Amino acid sequence: MENLDLISILGSTIRLSIPLIFTALAGLFTERAGVFDIGLEGKMLFSAFAAAVAAFMTGSPWLGLLAGITVSVLISLIHGFASITNRGNQIVSGVAINFLASGLTAVLGQAWFSQGGRTPPLAASARFTEIVFPYAAELRDTGFLGRFYANIISGHNILTYLAFLAVPASWWVLYRTRFGLRLRAVGENPGAVDTAGISVTFLRYRATICAGILCGCAGTYLSIAQSAGFVKDMSAGKGYIALAALIFAKWRPVPVMLACLLFGFLDAFANFMQGKSVPGIGEVPVQIFQALPYVLTCVLLAGFIGVARPPKAGGVPYVKER
Amino acid sequence: MSPTPTAAPAIELIGIDKKFGAVHANKNINLTVAKGSIHGIIGENGAGKSTLMSILYGFYHADAGSIRINGQATVIDDSQAAITAGIGMVHQHFMLVENFSVLENVILGVEGGALLGRGVSEARSALKRLETDYGLEVDPDAIIEELPVGLQQRVEILKALYRGAEILILDEPTGVLTPAEADHLFKILGVLRDQGKTIVLITHKLREIMAITDTVSVMRRGEMVATRRTTETTVEELAELMVGRRVLLRVEKGPAAPSDIVLSVRNLTVKDGRGVTMVDNVSFDVRAGEVVGIAGVAGNGQSELLEAITGIRKPASGEILIHGKPVTGFDSARLRALGLGHIPEDRHHMGLVLGFEESENSVLGYHRDSRYGRGPLLDLDACREDAKAKIEKYDIRPPNCRLKTANFSGGNQQKIVVAREIERDPALLVVGQPTRGVDIGAIEFIHRRLIAMRDAGKAVLLVSVELDEIRSLSDRILVMFAGRVVGEKTPDTGEQTLGLMMAGIAA
Repeated sequence: MENLDLISILGSTIRLSIPLIFTALAGLFTERAGVFDIGLEGKMLFSAFAAAVAAFMTGSPWLGLLAGITVSVLISLIHGFASITNRGNQIVSGVAINFLASGLTAVLGQAWFSQGGRTPPLAASARFTEIVFPYAAELRDTGFLGRFYANIISGHNILTYLAFLAVPASWWVLYRTRFGLRLRAVGENPGAVDTAGISVTFLRYRATICAGILCGCAGTYLSIAQSAGFVKDMSAGKGYIALAALIFAKWRPVPVMLACLLFGFLDAFANFMQGKSVPGIGEVPVQIFQALPYVLTCVLLAGFIGVARPPKAGGVPYVKER
Repeated sequence: MSPTPTAAPAIELIGIDKKFGAVHANKNINLTVAKGSIHGIIGENGAGKSTLMSILYGFYHADAGSIRINGQATVIDDSQAAITAGIGMVHQHFMLVENFSVLENVILGVEGGALLGRGVSEARSALKRLETDYGLEVDPDAIIEELPVGLQQRVEILKALYRGAEILILDEPTGVLTPAEADHLFKILGVLRDQGKTIVLITHKLREIMAITDTVSVMRRGEMVATRRTTETTVEELAELMVGRRVLLRVEKGPAAPSDIVLSVRNLTVKDGRGVTMVDNVSFDVRAGEVVGIAGVAGNGQSELLEAITGIRKPASGEILIHGKPVTGFDSARLRALGLGHIPEDRHHMGLVLGFEESENSVLGYHRDSRYGRGPLLDLDACREDAKAKIEKYDIRPPNCRLKTANFSGGNQQKIVVAREIERDPALLVVGQPTRGVDIGAIEFIHRRLIAMRDAGKAVLLVSVELDEIRSLSDRILVMFAGRVVGEKTPDTGEQTLGLMMAGIAA
């Protein structure tokens, strides 16, 4: 462990946390509005594919982002149509989206590009690349703070900064606006919203659209910022980890970010430990470290975080009755 | 206070008609409510009162008919329209967001702009004003779920007033309140009326109608059967109009003939989940052929006593004997096999599975009986035949044993439980709050069944917080206070005396 490089682990923690933050915030909007969103994974995957395709065809990362968001919002609306308008089971609808995403992206990828479900590698100009802050290069070798500035503050793509902006923005929307008040209310007691003369359906649709936008950013990040193209199943369970982070954070924006950073850190640590030996134990199989986020989730959810009270009306389609 | 004769009525409903599938909930209803009055609408559960008010509040759409508010024809097709027309509603199940503050609940839907800041401070001062005008005190920053029910209801009233309601509809407002809270509510309603508001009070409690209303309308099976001035009618007349036949408000019974001891409780002490002693060294007997009533204010250990006797909660010490045989710590299945029947205090929590068919609930707890199946398999035909027989005998409506239990009214749900327990012909029947949330027709029926059990030589232990019920059914009354039995009285003991004992003041 002599070369435990904190700065590089933190840097990769941030890179690995970004899709989690976007996705968990997406889940925050839908679940706070009383719509369970297990399809986060699928939306992320769909938007990753759409973003990669659009970026490849047009050469513009911004059009890639637009395509990612558009597709993710459309999928969200399908989820809404099934579970809000038609009062279907929200879990079933979400699982269907996940299956559809996993299969359809691979099939379309193969049909269009014949590269085994991948999209062609993207040129740097078609990706969101690192933004280097002023003096980062000069400060890189000037001790811990300099390296911190160069590697942690500077040197990320635009979506990374957007993710960290999305956290206070989500908080502000949820707690300081009329929309946020109504959204939180509809997830707790839709009857209260309905009798106040507000449409439950419209409100929940708007919440799922917010989630679609955020998931679109997550997917776009995966395929055209973190990587240079779409790879089959590249979301790799991040949607579920984001859901775990959401529960862990008790459906609150700032704790959501912290939980995502924790999961990102564990992931980064697992990568770092690959092939390294632990003093006194020797080389530990990397799977042990890779399993850590999941083990931690189980342990935390099993009671170490106290009672995680989900939004009361979560998962229940709203039907007027008495 | 009498309404000004020249003013247009606050509410006129003309020919309102509403069907839910095969159920004709409202049949050509006409109703006029004068401005500045308190108008009661009374009827049994399922008579269509709530449906009618939901139509007035825009929650449901009427199939036919029209509405006039203050003399103006008004179309109310959603709750927003009702609010605009100056109608506010306090629902039976509060429409509050429980983890929101009072203030947030009050402004929900009338936030006064896309951002909350300004609206919140305006609402704060408006609440202050309402507080002083009507005596509706409540901390605007309190979280709803931390408030007692009485205050939660006050928030509902504040919500309506904040939206400028001139007409206030209250749906069964006292069902969840303690008597003191109910009295306070009536005072507030009186103040509101004196300030010119119009109040519609939906209830099935006759006493409330007599206490607070100016006029009263009676509904029965979807029809408006009569409207009276409250001063010109009587409880007896209203009860008869509600049920459609003469109702005995007090069950008639002969003297008891107690014989052998069936249930014996010796020095029983019961602790609750937190380790607090809820039943403290209680001893008593119940004999065959008598009804022993346990009176007391809710929360004085009656629930825990019932749970210990019926095998739901293990006592900390003491002994319970049935027919002289010690049964302390037996689970409920073994107790049932020994001839214990149990009508639990809360039918939703313990008595019924609301998502089940009526026929399933009708055998629940006895489903292992050879009558209802063989080995692991249920004989559904036998269950349904059995359920049908009970439906017939107990007049459970609608008479459909395949219907989901949640779709029955409270009174009929209770009858399902009562039928299941009584038809097993238990030697000892333990009954908790048998008529909570049950309409008067069904109350009379249930009371008569309990007395019939007694007359058939069964032992009946009755726990109720309704003093009237205890006094009219019991042959002996034990009063519980703070976990102890503080005295035994005969049923002709005055309400005053029992009330003082229940408050722990006299023995």
